[in-house]
This record gives sequence, structure tokens and C-alpha cells, in this order.
Amino acid sequence: MRLEIVDLHVSIDSREIIKGLNLTAESGEVHAIMGPNGSGKSTLAYTLLGHPRYTVSRGDIRLDGESILGLSTDERARKGLFLGFQYPVEISGVSFSNFLRNAYNIMNKSYQDKSREVFLTVREFHEYMKRQIDVVGLDGSFLARYLNEGFSGGEKKRSEVLQMLVLKPRFAVLDEPDSGLDIDAVKAVANAINNFIGKDTAVMVITHYARILRYLNRLDYVHVMANGRVVRSGGKELAEMLEEKGYGWIEKEAREEEEEEEAKSVGSN
Amino acid sequence: MASQDVIRDYSKYDFKDPVDMYVYISRKGLSRETIEEISRIKNEPEWMLKFRLNAYEMFLKMPMPKWGGDLSRIDFDNIYYYAKPTDKKGRSWDDVPENIRRTFERLGIPEAERKFLAGVGAQYESETVYHKLREDLEKKGVIFCDTDTALREHEDIFRRHFAKVVPPNDNKFAALNSAVWSGGSFVYIPEGVEVDMPLNAYFRINAQNMGQFERTLIIAEPYSKVHYIEGCTAPIYSTESLHCAVVEVIAKKGATVRYTTLQNWSNDVYNLVTKRAHAYEDAVVEWVDANIGSKVTMKYPSVYLLGRNARADLLSVAFAGKGQHQDTGAKAVHLAPNTTSKIISKSVSKDGGRTSYRGLLHVAKGATNVKSTVRCDALLVDEISRTDTYPYIEVNEDDATITHEASVGKIGEDQIFYIMSRGYTEQEALSLIVSGFLEVFTKELPMEYAVEFNRLIKMEMEGAVG
Repeated sequence: MRLEIVDLHVSIDSREIIKGLNLTAESGEVHAIMGPNGSGKSTLAYTLLGHPRYTVSRGDIRLDGESILGLSTDERARKGLFLGFQYPVEISGVSFSNFLRNAYNIMNKSYQDKSREVFLTVREFHEYMKRQIDVVGLDGSFLARYLNEGFSGGEKKRSEVLQMLVLKPRFAVLDEPDSGLDIDAVKAVANAINNFIGKDTAVMVITHYARILRYLNRLDYVHVMANGRVVRSGGKELAEMLEEKGYGWIEKEAREEEEEEEAKSVGSN
Repeated sequence: MASQDVIRDYSKYDFKDPVDMYVYISRKGLSRETIEEISRIKNEPEWMLKFRLNAYEMFLKMPMPKWGGDLSRIDFDNIYYYAKPTDKKGRSWDDVPENIRRTFERLGIPEAERKFLAGVGAQYESETVYHKLREDLEKKGVIFCDTDTALREHEDIFRRHFAKVVPPNDNKFAALNSAVWSGGSFVYIPEGVEVDMPLNAYFRINAQNMGQFERTLIIAEPYSKVHYIEGCTAPIYSTESLHCAVVEVIAKKGATVRYTTLQNWSNDVYNLVTKRAHAYEDAVVEWVDANIGSKVTMKYPSVYLLGRNARADLLSVAFAGKGQHQDTGAKAVHLAPNTTSKIISKSVSKDGGRTSYRGLLHVAKGATNVKSTVRCDALLVDEISRTDTYPYIEVNEDDATITHEASVGKIGEDQIFYIMSRGYTEQEALSLIVSGFLEVFTKELPMEYAVEFNRLIKMEMEGAVG
């Protein structure tokens, strides 16, 4: 699977947040998106899944060459996109395991992928879930809980990556899966991501910190966002550099480049 | 999230039988003669006829309620007050006339009976057409029959308890029911007997402009236990029908009675029901009451806590779609010390439907050390629907511990987005949120009913997406 984001412009309530973003990611790859607060990282995540509050005013998002802008959130999910939420909402009275079992079956139906396991009984599915629960370091009683209801901050983060492991999407976007977590929890989340990484899956980890990235078995690209655009792309070393030097220098450089561009475009007119 | 103009999908229940095979249908409208005729056909003792006629006088004198749902379109002269579909009263489904049996088969009653019920009663229009209790329970002295049979065969127990919890002058519709009552269940559980599986009654209205006035009386002797479940449906007509029941529950010392209702009348039925229980010392009464159907429902299951340590658990669920008004709630009347009550109300309004919670919590002088919690949550699915809360709290003892919480919620865009991001359609997301909201009720149902209830909610939510 290949995701292409081309000259993307996104606004909320007619305020532009993403201003011409380009990015390409493919199955087998692991990408990190870093950047200061307000640079548009979460907006990108929500826009990829088609949240109705975010309007794409220009540009395109394509999966395997086809635009998904016209697709609803569930249609995008059924094509293989997954979003791990920074702040998952509580859905009272909805059983966590039933919710995931139905979602898993929805994916099975829409992926038409013969390699996916089919679970005919509730029990079989629970056995399958329990294996994944161990990976993220939660206990089996989790299955009996209501969706995100009363979950602690750490449980919410673990639950999001657990859902990724269980549902086996093709392209997972994880919005700050590490924020507010202690070391053990960060390791557990990284462990889940490592379990998910493979030749048929792609992962995009949105984070402020290099910490979680150090635990990943694989990291192909690091992109830095500032002011609604990707201003730098590089390998692992870019994450370490940011950790050391902060975002200030990169924001400054980006501003200067922008000004230069503007000056050029004025000059060419 | 705009709503479409969708009437709820009721197709499974919307089928009609011809009425020309009925053995008797009263003339439309209510009069002394109609009441005398009903009593004559039933071959009742003189005291019951007097009771009926007395109640009829009360009904005429009492004004229509000025509160609650809009009842102005009820035309009392345009209703059939009594219809007897058959002379037979089956103790085997084979004895039930074929078309009526087919009706209950379509509704899944005989199947449920085979699987998980201790007894079944089936009422069609005014009369019970089938009644059966598991033999071992019969041997223990449990009585489960229709109320008319109880009057004939157990007149002594009947007369000692009948209309003692809900007297005819309680309200206009209790008076009406008392005047023309027919059918309903009579349940008697002897001391110390626990009925392990639910008893189930099913009420079906078939004809147009029909009035159904069943009367249910449950007597739980000391330390006995029973769970009674009722369900009801009717075909859809363009004119109104009236369902006006009275339910009386007497839970004696240490007895436990649970009464579960799944009300799913068609949207042209006025459903005006008085349900009340007396709970004596150490007794537990649980009302588990769901209203999905009907045009207007006014129903407030009540428990009068008459003995020390008695407990009341009241769970009321309402779903109001287009053109529906569910005016429901619960009442706990604490008349003895150390009594506790818990009221939970959950309502969903959609497509311009209206729900009202109307509840009473009363602590009488002398009822010390009362504990009560009241919680009402309303969910509005769209902008055009409505919900109101009318909680009445009267506390006459200082040491009562009372908590009251109320909330009105709307389905959030972010909740829908979250669920859809896992592959569910918007429709499925809405159903899921509503089912989750009502889970506190669903988990109280036997599994088979929970499945049916969730299916109903899913059907109700169809067409919710614009």
C-alpha cells in the first residue's frame, strides 16, 4: 500500500492549519512525524481519517494512486487506515471486546485478505485478543470493560495500540501514543508497534520526543513539521538532533526558507 | 447529523388477522350495558359487577389529567371495550385456534417457552387464549393463570388482594380499567417457593380501535421469589387504540418480585398504565420497564415501602421517535424505617420524539433512616427532539440520605468519528452509542430478551443518518 499526500491544505473553521504538505509512505516503512505544538501533526492525523470538522481546501490524499478525499471515515478504515487516538473518547456501555470483534469482522469482510484469521466464536476471538493483550501489558479483565470508560491515561494509550494489533490495519497512524506515559508504558507501546511492523504494514508515529523512537526495531524516515508543512525529512539521526537542540532552530530555518521562497515568487512575477 | 423523516421499522409486528371469526365483540363506546354484558359473558359473581359499575361512575366523574401526554385525541366512544376472539382457552398450543396460534408463533412465544420460561400466558384482544405453567411449579402450589380464571377458581385469595394496591378511584384510567377489565395474569407464589425461570405474558392487540384493559395481580407470599416478564405488540392502523392496564404487586415479608416490561406497541396506541407494588418487611420489588412503542405512554411504576428494610429498584427506559411521547418515570414512597430505593431512568429522543421523566420520591414522617438514589439520564439524538424532567421529592424525615442526579447528553461528533475510524458506518456508530447508553437496562434482561431489545434499538435507529 502506498499513501501519498500531495500539496495538502487543511483548515478548521476556515483557519488554515496545514499549508501545503507533501509526504509519501509505503508498506514496510516506519515513519515518524515530529514537531512542536500547533505545527499541525494531529490535524494531519484527523484529516487522513476524514474527520468532518477538517476541510481539505487543496491538494490530495491518495491510497495506491486513488484519492480518498471523497470517502467517509469508515470507508477509509475499511481500506486499511487506522488512527490511534491521542485522546480516545469514552463510549459508555459498549463492551470493549464486542466492539473490537465486530470491527475485526468488518475488516475481514472488506480486506478480502485470505491470510487473516477467521474467528467463528466469541471464545476464539477472546483467545486471540488475550495474546495481544499480553503484548501491550494489560490484563485479561480488560476484555470485560466498556470502551475507554474509566481507562487511566496509560490504559488508553495501551488500548489504542492494542486495537491496532487486534484489527491488523494496513496503515496505522498513531497520534502521540507516548505522551504522558512512564518508561514502562512507553516500552509497552513500542513493543506493540514492533509487533505490528512488517512488510505489509506501514506505521506513522506522531510524537514530540525521540524517546519512543529509540525502542522501535525499525525507523525509516523522520519528518519534522512546522507551521503546517514538512520542513525537514531525514533518518533516525534527525530525531536525535531534535532531542538535543529542540525545535527552535528548525522553525527558524523554515521561516527563513519560506521568506526566501516568497521573495523568489514575488521576483518571478 | 440531520434526521430523515422515517417512521420506525415495525414490520415484524405489523400483521393483522381477520376479526370476523371472533365469538363476541362489544358495540363501540362505553355504557352500563356494555359493562353488564362483559360481566354476564364472564359469568362473574355479583360483587364484581358492582365493583365494575361503581368504578364506571368514578371514571365518568373524574376529569382527564391536565398533565403528561396529550390525550385530547382519545375518543372514548370510538373504542371497542371488549372482544372475545375464541371460546377456547388452551393449555396446549394445539388447542389455540390456528390463526391466533400463528400470530404467537410469528412473535416467537412458543419457542421461547420451550427454551427458557417457566410459564407462559398469551392474551389476544380481551381474553387469554393460552396459559401454561411448568408442572413441578403447579405441584408446589404456584398459581399462574389469567385473571378471569383466578376470579372463578381462587375467589378467596383473589378477593382479599384485588384492587387493594390500586383502588379504582386512584386515577381516571385505573377507574376505566376497573370498570371494563378483562384478562391479564394472576400469579400466586406460596411461602418459600422460588420460581427459577421467568413467567412470561404476552399481550397482543389485533383489531382496529381496540381497547385492551388487562388486569394483573401478583401475590408473593413470604420469602418467595418470582420474575415476571411481559411483552406487547399490535398491528399499525391509522386510528388510535387504547391500552389501559392495572398491575398490582404484593411482596410480603422477605419476598422478591421482579417485574420486567418490554412495551413495543405500534405508534397509534395510547398506553396509560398504573403499576404499583406494596413491599412489606425485607421484601424487594424491582420494576424493569422499557417503553419503545406507543403514541403516548403515561406510566410510572411505583413501590410503596410498607415494612422495615424493604427495598425498591426501579429502572425505567424510554425511547421516543417521531410522533411519540414517552411520559414515564417511577415512584418510591417510603412509609417505613430503614427502607431503600434506587431509581434509574434512561431516555432517548429522536426524530422529534419527546421523553419526559416524571418521578416521585416521598419519605413519610416516621420513615427514618431512608436511603434513596435517583438518577435520570436523557440522550438527544438530534436537534429537533425533546426531553424534560419532572422530579418531585418530598422528604419528611431529616435523617434521609437522598441523592439526585440528572443529565442531558447529545451524541458527540467525536464519539461517532472514533467508532467510524474502526470501520463502523455512521448508522452503526449511532446504534452502538444508543445501545451502550441503554446497557444498564439490557444487562438486566434474560439473554434472549436482551438480544431482541438490542435488535429493536437497532431498528429504531435506522434512518437516523441524514
